[in-house]
Formats: sequence, C-alpha cells, structure tokens
Amino acid sequence: MSQNTTQSRGATAAAATADYLDQRTGIGIAVKNFARKVFPDHWSFLLGEIALYSFLVLVLTGIFLTFFFVPSMGMTVYEGPFAPMDGVEMSEAFASVLNISFEVTGGLLIRQIHHWAALLFIAAIVTHMMRVFFTGAFRKPREVNWLVGFVLMLLGLAAGFSGYSLPDDVLSGNGLRIADGVARSIPIVGSYASFLLFGGEFPGEVIIPRLYAVHILLVPGLILALVGLHLLLVVLHKHTHYAGPGRTERNVVGYPLFPVYVAKAGGFFFIVFGVLALMGATMTINPVWNYGPYDPSPVSAGAQPDWYMLFLEGGLRLMPGQGTEWVIAGFTIPMNILVPGVIIPGLLFTVLGAYPFVEAWVTGDRREHHIAERPRNNPVRTGVGVATLTAFFVLVVAGSNDILATHFGLSINDITWVLRVALIVAPPVAFWATKRICLGLQRKDRELVLHGHETGRIVRFASGEYIEVHRPLDEYERWVRVAHEPKRPVALLPAYDERGVRRKGYRRDALRARVSRIFFEDRVDPVTPAELVAAQAHGEHDALPSASAEPVGALPAAEAAVDRGADAHQA
Amino acid sequence: MSTEHSQSTELTAAATHRDVAGPLPERFENPGLEPHRPRLTDEDPGAARRATRQVAALFGVSVLGTIGVIVAHVAFPPGDSVASMRTSNLLLGAALFLSLIGIGTAAVHWAKTLMSDHEVVEARHPQKSSPEVREGAIAVLREGAEDSGIARRGVLKGAMISALALFPLGLAVPLIGEVGGDWNVGAFRHTMWKRGTRLTRDPSGTPIKAEDVTVGSAFHVIPDGLREQEHWIEEKAKAVVLMVRLDPADLKSEQGEGWSYDGIVAFSKICTHVGCPVALYEQQTHHLLCPCHQSTFDIADGARVVFGPASRPLPQLPITVDDEGYLVAQSDFHEPIGPSYWERLK
Repeated sequence: MSQNTTQSRGATAAAATADYLDQRTGIGIAVKNFARKVFPDHWSFLLGEIALYSFLVLVLTGIFLTFFFVPSMGMTVYEGPFAPMDGVEMSEAFASVLNISFEVTGGLLIRQIHHWAALLFIAAIVTHMMRVFFTGAFRKPREVNWLVGFVLMLLGLAAGFSGYSLPDDVLSGNGLRIADGVARSIPIVGSYASFLLFGGEFPGEVIIPRLYAVHILLVPGLILALVGLHLLLVVLHKHTHYAGPGRTERNVVGYPLFPVYVAKAGGFFFIVFGVLALMGATMTINPVWNYGPYDPSPVSAGAQPDWYMLFLEGGLRLMPGQGTEWVIAGFTIPMNILVPGVIIPGLLFTVLGAYPFVEAWVTGDRREHHIAERPRNNPVRTGVGVATLTAFFVLVVAGSNDILATHFGLSINDITWVLRVALIVAPPVAFWATKRICLGLQRKDRELVLHGHETGRIVRFASGEYIEVHRPLDEYERWVRVAHEPKRPVALLPAYDERGVRRKGYRRDALRARVSRIFFEDRVDPVTPAELVAAQAHGEHDALPSASAEPVGALPAAEAAVDRGADAHQA
Repeated sequence: MSTEHSQSTELTAAATHRDVAGPLPERFENPGLEPHRPRLTDEDPGAARRATRQVAALFGVSVLGTIGVIVAHVAFPPGDSVASMRTSNLLLGAALFLSLIGIGTAAVHWAKTLMSDHEVVEARHPQKSSPEVREGAIAVLREGAEDSGIARRGVLKGAMISALALFPLGLAVPLIGEVGGDWNVGAFRHTMWKRGTRLTRDPSGTPIKAEDVTVGSAFHVIPDGLREQEHWIEEKAKAVVLMVRLDPADLKSEQGEGWSYDGIVAFSKICTHVGCPVALYEQQTHHLLCPCHQSTFDIADGARVVFGPASRPLPQLPITVDDEGYLVAQSDFHEPIGPSYWERLK
C-alpha cells in the first residue's frame, strides 16, 4: 500500500497519523478486529439505536442548556420581554427558563429538542426492551445485558423526572408534591424520606439544585457508563439475528461495520437528530410560561405528566380510597398510595428485571441462543408480554382520565370505574387472546409449509374436477417457518427413587414442571420433512400439476392467461 | 409456470431418494445463504451515477441548511414579542432539520445503493473461555491468594473487612446528618394558623369580612402575616385553605361543633391523598374536586370523600369573626393536614 506512488497527500497524512498512534497504543489490532465486524440487518434493531442517539442529542442539547439555566430557588422579580410575567415574583430557575425561551437565540429550540428527545429516549428504550423481550434475545448469554438495559430504563425514568421538575413551574411543582406524598406513605421511614428529598419540609430551597446535580451529573454519568457496558456486551456477544437461510447459532450474518454500518448508523444519528429538530421547531412542548412559577396554592386542571409517568399517575387515580387507609397500633399505612405508588411499580419492575432468569429456570435450558425467536413461536412468553403491556396501557389511559372525560363528554366516575375493572380483567383476556393468536399463526405457518401458497389459479381436469394450484415454498422461505425447535415441558422425575427414598428437591422440580407445562403444554410443532413428504403424497394433484397430472381439459386460453399472471408475479 | 413445477418435483424426488437411502431427517436442514440478488446500481452504471448525484445533492441540502441556521440566527433574533420568538424558533429549527437530515439521508442512501450489499458471515464462539484459560486464571488467583496469606492469617481478613465495611460511614454520617435539614419531621403536625389569625385572600393578603362572602362563592385563603414568615413558602404549602359560604340549611355536618360561621366553612386545600391543592369547587353539588387524581369531597358534609383515591376528609379549619367583623381562625387544624404518613396519629 505504501509503495503506491500515486497516493494522495491526504492518504500519506492518514498513514503517518495511524503509524504514530499505533506505535504508542497498538491500536492496529483493535482496528483489524473491529472495523469489519459483522452486524445483522433488521428494522427492529434500530429501536436501540434510536435510544442511543436520542441520548446523544440529550447530552448535546443539555450542555447548551446548562450555560443558561440557573438552578436556584432564590426569589427574583421577572423583567423581560414576556409581558404577562412582567413584575411577577418567581424563582431564579423559572426566570432563567423564561430567559432561555424568549431571549437566547435558539434557546427555545434547544429546550424543545431536549424535551422531545427525552420523550423519545424513553419510548425507544421501552420499545427496544419489547423487541428484546418478545424475541427472547435476553436468553443466555445475554441475561446480564438485559439487566444492564433494565437499569438503563430506570435511569432514563430518573433522568426524565428530575429534568421535568427543573423549570420550577407550577405543573412540575405539583408533580414534585405528588412525589412527596408518595414518599411520605412509605411505612416507618416515609417522613424522613420526604425530608431527605427536600432538605426539610416541602418544598424547601434545595430541591431544584439537588435535582440539577442528579439530572446533569449523577444520572447521565451512570447512563454513559452503562451504555458503554451495554454496547461492549453487544460486541462481545455479537448481535442476535433472526432465523433465516444461512443464519445459525454458530454464526452471524450481516454487513461489516466499516463502511456499511458507519454510514447507516452514523446517518441514522443525523436522521434522529434531524427529526427531533423538526419537532422542536414545529411542536410546542412544556410551555412553562403559560403555567407560571411554582406556588403551593394554584393547580391547573387537565394536568398531565410526561408520558412515561402516566402509568404511575394512572395507578394513583384508579385506586379506590374508601377503607384503604389502614391504622394498625396507631400507625398509619395508606394502602391507597402504597399499592399504586410503591407496590405495583415495585412488583412490575422486579418481574421485568427477573424475567430472563425465571424463563431460564422454567425451561432448564443452559445453551447459548443467538437466533432471535419469532414471537409466535413462544406463545406464553408473548402472551405474558402483551398482558403486561395491556395493564400498562390501562394505567396510561387512567392517567389521562380527566382529558378523556372533557374531550369526549363522559363521566369521570364512569371512566374510572371502567378502567378499574379493565385493569383486573383486560390483562388475562389479552394473555389468552395473544396465546391463541400465536398458536393460530404457528398453524398458519404449518399450513403454508405443507400446502404452499394459494396461487389463485383454478384448473379444471378432464374429469370435470376443479382444483386451485398451490405453489410450494422454496427452501429459503420454508426454512424461516421450520427453523425453530419443537418445545416440550420439562419432565418430572418421580418423588421417590428406586430405593423408595424421597428425592431431594422434588417439590422445586414439581413446581418447575407445573410452570413448564403452562409454557409448553399447548404447542404447535414445526413441520418435519416426513410430514411434508406425506402431505405432498396425499395431496399431490393439489400441489403438483406436473407432467403426469397435466390437466388435459384446461382451456388453452385460460392456460395462457394463467401464464401471463405467473410471469407478472415473478417480475 | 415451469419454475414452480420443477422445484416441487425436485423436492419430491429428493425425498423419495432419501426414502431409498435411509429414513428422513427429524428436522429440515438449513439451506444456507440465499443467492445474492444484484441491485439496479450493481448492474446499471447509469443508475450508480444517478445514485452518486443524489447522495451529493443530499449533502448539499445539509450545507444549505447549515447556512440557513446562520442566516436565521442573524436575521431573525427572538425579538421582543412572542410572535418574533416563534418565527425565530421555526426558522432556526427548520434550517437545523435540513442541515441534519441532509447528512443522514445522504449517508444511508450511499450505504444502500453504492456500498457492497453482499452479506458477510462471521463465526461465533462460545462465550466461556477454554478449559486451559480457566485453569490458568484459577492458578493465578490461587497464587495471588497464597502470596497474600489471606487464607492462613485469618485476623487480617477480619480486620480488612471491618475497616472496608466501616469507612463509608465517614462520608455517610455527615451526609445523612445534613441532607434532611433539621430532620424535624414533627413540623408536619402544625401550620401557622392559631387562635385569632385572620383569613386573608391569596395572594394579595387582604383580610376578608364575613359579610363580603356571598353564598356560593369560594375564596382561596392564606393566613395573615404569611409573607413575614422566614419560610413562608413551606408555611403556605401547609396553610392554604379553601373557604366557601353555603346556605346554612344545606350544611349537613361539620367536623367540630361551631367550626363554621354562619354557613362559611373553611377546609385545608391540601388533598389528603398525595397533597395536590384541591381547587375545583362545584357550586351546585358542594363538591370539591382535586384536579390531580379526582378525589371528590362534599364540603356540606364535613368534606366527606365521595369519590376517588383519597381516604380521609379534608381537615376543617375552625373559624369565627373578630370584633371588626373579619374572619379569623379559632385555632390551628385539629389534625395534620395533607397526605397520610406513618406516625400521623401518634
């Protein structure tokens, strides 16, 4: 390469720089191993990228905002171009947000991009998590990375909530007050938790500076570190790929990092950033100047938190208050707050974090998995996921029950009651329906593999019989539908061994066998080669109008029309 | 037509062949990568040239967008009105959008049309290290542990663990001591209302005469002298009151004998659920609705909870009038206001 005398000055300079770096860092080995690393291609793999890029946008726009934001609860009187607030007493934090919005060129744009990016960040994390969940991409060896991602989601929520409260407006102030109410409800330590947050009684004078430290240092620092770990593990494990021709558990099929993914992923960062810029330019978000500075007395009707907090808000709204505040030995246990504010989210997050380990235990599967499953091929897991999302969705809707009431002219009490019932009833129904749909789709896959595609070609035989010609799947198309392993519930060894001694661990095994039956009792196995041959043998004239079964009675004109149709199809 | 026939015939033939050769496999075998399908730009140099021009044009859009940002920054400052601020925001944002989306679409278009789309296969290896490496690692650790003597000298282990476990206290104790202010959680019990404190309008602080309160009207009330308090905002967060005059005939019950004055009732405005200000008063039903979580209280009936997630009535402030006819408090609230907490009744 260096012998090439016609190389440009740029290439010479690049080579010199590379040589300089390599002599001091030995980076050559990393470039050699990493630059052509293969990543598989699928639209659903972009969800995690959107999360990463919105995080980068958050960091970039966040740095901009720190230059102008004043994290202080000291009181000041506003004097600025926004006339309705002229002469109003407010915290310096709120005044600086007005300054960013009205006086700093591009300030409002960056603020709005920052807020939209935060909403997109968490939406992308959640959908990315859904993709990983529904395709079983959390299975060995990726359980640890699932946990890392799970913690990243919690950190994302913490980042969102702490940032949301910083402008010190009346809307976010009431959000903090709700957080204070939930903190106080915790048995024994509740009052102290409230004092810990606010440095004394609510609202105090330290919550904004404290949230600022959390929002710009603590949480983003942790997110950055964990994103690094998350990506490192992706590189170590190599990305999962979907079942397809040539894709196995022992390889990864895709395109090289350099140049294809440098261009695609790098370009995608700019696309995400560009779309967020367009949103910031055209869609108003969190216009705090309309809400006014925080004051403990006023509150606005129709108040909504950011979307990712709606499920907590919805839980608080749905829980009935009558008889749910317990007093035991003179101590107050407000279950009306504890259940929706602490217990349900606690359970939800624990189950979410622990799921890969639960499934590994149920299946007893200790092998590595690198092929992402099609959701239909694991109906119970898919059903559990959809049921959880249904509960989440009911809570999100409940968090907007007042908006629903005013927009659709409905009774708030009726909406609340319907949603209370839905929270209990809808998830099991969703589970059952999803499981049936998955099994149905699996049967459809079998049907397709065994009998091929309907072609719409009706052929008449000499006997007068009409049949529709089916086109068999080619082996690549078929493979996607037969690649998955047939699954069986784990077998339970008897309680007593051959010498009549009760086996240790039998009860645990029995529980596992029961759960395993729930998972795999109802199942549809993939088509085997023998089944395909059998299907073709008895349905031969269906699938194979070949030379021996040439329909003698077919009209030449119809035949020609059919040919044209087939050609058009292939083109 | 002929393709589909021949394929299925081959399959049957293969299956038949297997029947002769031996039993069919349990499962299908992976057919291997699909043959590569060339793109238009792979085969048609004209298309490739077109794609190159498109990519270059998209980068050009980005350059124009960046220039647009600079132009918008100079020519359209936020100005002194909401309208000029909106214009500035829209133009800056639209130009920034072009600047970014140009680069993004150019790069993706380049990758999809001009870079190789031949799939590459890379082998995976099991995550776990080989037995030799594992043995080596264990040997290294064992050697280190041996060298340190931690197994033989038990006292070292105990001393080290104690020291390491205790040292965080050096940071944690001062932090915990200070992070909660004075840690006086008993402050939840009291507000600044006391016997004789005048009820004043929020936020002006002007006192209210009983005769000024007409039937059906609602007043947002703060205690007199609030702004002179050192921590007035914390005091306000506890002391805010909603006051309504009802027709005395409508008053079904109150929380204490003689706590109202001639149909005027005053309740803590802080919701007993999670502490939002309960601010929506429905004159016809005498219901008070919390806009945050829709707890509904009947103020004609001692602020009884009629719907929603709150468990307890809003605490009532006992009121009367002073010699000059101004409304005053008889005392502080008789229970802690706001959301429930563990030691509330202690």
